[in-house]
Amino acid sequence: MAVGSEFRMTDVVQLEEIHKVYDSGEVPVHAVRGVTLTIRGGEFVAIMGASGSGKSTLMNLLGCLDRPTKGRYLLGGTDVSGLDRNALADLRNQKLGFVFQGFNLLSRTTARENVELPMLYGRRHFSSKEIHDRALRSLDIVGLTARADHFPSQLSGGQQQRVAIARALINEPQILLADEPTGNLDSKTSVEIMGVFQKLNDQGITIVMVTHELDIARYCRRNLIMRDGRLVSDVQVADRLTATTEMQRILAAESEAKLTA
Amino acid sequence: MRFLNIIKVALRALRRSAMRSVLTALGIIIGVAAVIAMVSIGNGAKSQVEASIASLGQNIISVFPGSNNSGGMRGGWGSASSLTVEDALAIRQEISGIVALSPEMSDRSQILANGLNWNSSIRGEDTAYLDIRLWPIAEGEMFSEADVRSATKVCVIGKTVATQLFPDSDPVGQNLRIRNIPFRVLGVLSNKGFNFFGQDQDDVVVIPYTSHLKRIARRPNLNSILIQAQSPEIMARIQQDVTDLLQQRRSGREPDFTVRNQQELAEAATATTKTMTVLLGAIAGVSLIVGGIGIMNIMLVSVTERTREIGIRLAVGAHGRDVLTQFLIEAIILSSMGGALGVLLGVGSSQLISRLNGWPVLVSTSAIVGAVAFSAAIGVFFGFYPARKAAQLDPIEALRYE
Repeated sequence: MAVGSEFRMTDVVQLEEIHKVYDSGEVPVHAVRGVTLTIRGGEFVAIMGASGSGKSTLMNLLGCLDRPTKGRYLLGGTDVSGLDRNALADLRNQKLGFVFQGFNLLSRTTARENVELPMLYGRRHFSSKEIHDRALRSLDIVGLTARADHFPSQLSGGQQQRVAIARALINEPQILLADEPTGNLDSKTSVEIMGVFQKLNDQGITIVMVTHELDIARYCRRNLIMRDGRLVSDVQVADRLTATTEMQRILAAESEAKLTA
Repeated sequence: MRFLNIIKVALRALRRSAMRSVLTALGIIIGVAAVIAMVSIGNGAKSQVEASIASLGQNIISVFPGSNNSGGMRGGWGSASSLTVEDALAIRQEISGIVALSPEMSDRSQILANGLNWNSSIRGEDTAYLDIRLWPIAEGEMFSEADVRSATKVCVIGKTVATQLFPDSDPVGQNLRIRNIPFRVLGVLSNKGFNFFGQDQDDVVVIPYTSHLKRIARRPNLNSILIQAQSPEIMARIQQDVTDLLQQRRSGREPDFTVRNQQELAEAATATTKTMTVLLGAIAGVSLIVGGIGIMNIMLVSVTERTREIGIRLAVGAHGRDVLTQFLIEAIILSSMGGALGVLLGVGSSQLISRLNGWPVLVSTSAIVGAVAFSAAIGVFFGFYPARKAAQLDPIEALRYE
């Protein structure tokens, strides 16, 4: 898969004074108040913050699911802040990959067909065989080839999230966005998913994720903290955790517990 | 290119929720089948009633004697013995526009033949009777004018009488005895079946009315006079003329006769079948509406699940138009398949009902077209409309939809 060759040192994301105001309710809610941020290719960024801090709104803006009220958003060098619905949909399809907290897989649809979904809405036409093959390669990256014909209901939470990651990867996006990807998972499975992300990042894929768990953020390279719609902290992670090491520790602890029990 | 993918997506979605697809299609199938079956049966019944009215003969006017009043007890129509052969002859001579006329006698009697016996209706008629009733002879021949003039002891018999009295032999040329008087069988009438009052019209012996008057009834009065008019338009006029003429012949006495127009009967019968068709149509309409509501419910209930689905599709890059096309294709596939199966089921069950009950069933094209068009419209509208609303949502909102 060409994912490994995507490594680039150019700026993938540039946000300049981004604001987002929701005025659907009685009082307008200023969710994001002037965020300026640059994310370079190959980075692995965690956005943290309490609920209501605006981190999810920022994520939706980054993911082109929403448009900023004010400010400029350059994705891969192009200004996307003024694009219409369909153009944004094409961007999501071609340049962005999404992983959601609730997985958001189509029920009663096999893992492979779920992974194929973004390819069906692409500009280019692929033969059924090509689509099929690429879906399998994508599943291979997350280690789920054996489960290609299983339905989401037959998969564990971690496996479902890996299918969602495979779906996000199928169109070889410039950036992988994950909104609380471990929010619905237990701690061991969370480590497993972070391991998948670290492996992808090591191959050069840019990843931005939202989380409120500090220890999850320590698997990333860079941590951003938001409060009241503003970025209040931006640090490189010093004592970074490695999923493989952590997993070994957990497994060791588990077997020890079994011995003593 | 993209369109092909959308078709693939639509087919996958239908397969994915097979139960919902089947239920939606079922609504259409039942609605369409019910309308077709109901209307076909209604039309068949109508045509059967029309045929049985036509089998009575066309443009027929009947004259019956009036009621008999003896000591204050009134006998009802036909009980008076006031209609004479002379009345009949006068009508034939003086009123224009009459094609045929037959003075009628009727009675029941035990008939003996061949060592067997059978109780049947004995009708005295003129030679024109069979023409008026559109009733051909199957074997042999009708008695002649000469037979009527000389009150010969001859008869033609209906199929039922033939099978009851001559089970193994050809009745033509044989004798049967009515009240101990031998009558020679000249012919056997063709099968006419039951009339719509449920009487077996083939259970009859027809003899010249003169013979009936002289030998069977032994009285001078007729039971009725059967008149056939040239066309339906002049029936009212002839009815009036007959009334006037008979009134005049009775020189001012109370009218002791009644003139009836078969048109009235025909109209009443057609009105009845029309009511029936409307009734069946209404039942069918209700089933169509119920089917439609079924389709509507399933489509609307599935909107929660489908809104999330739409959210996922939009999030991974589907345009609103792609989603709409998908839902439209789904709705069209379900509606057309449901419609086709409904037509098959409707026509099939009509045929089955027709076979089981021996009714004629007329499958109506307009019912097919109307039913299919209506349920397809409902299917497409309620498949499409909620999807349109969902496709206009923000992907984030659609994903959050509970």
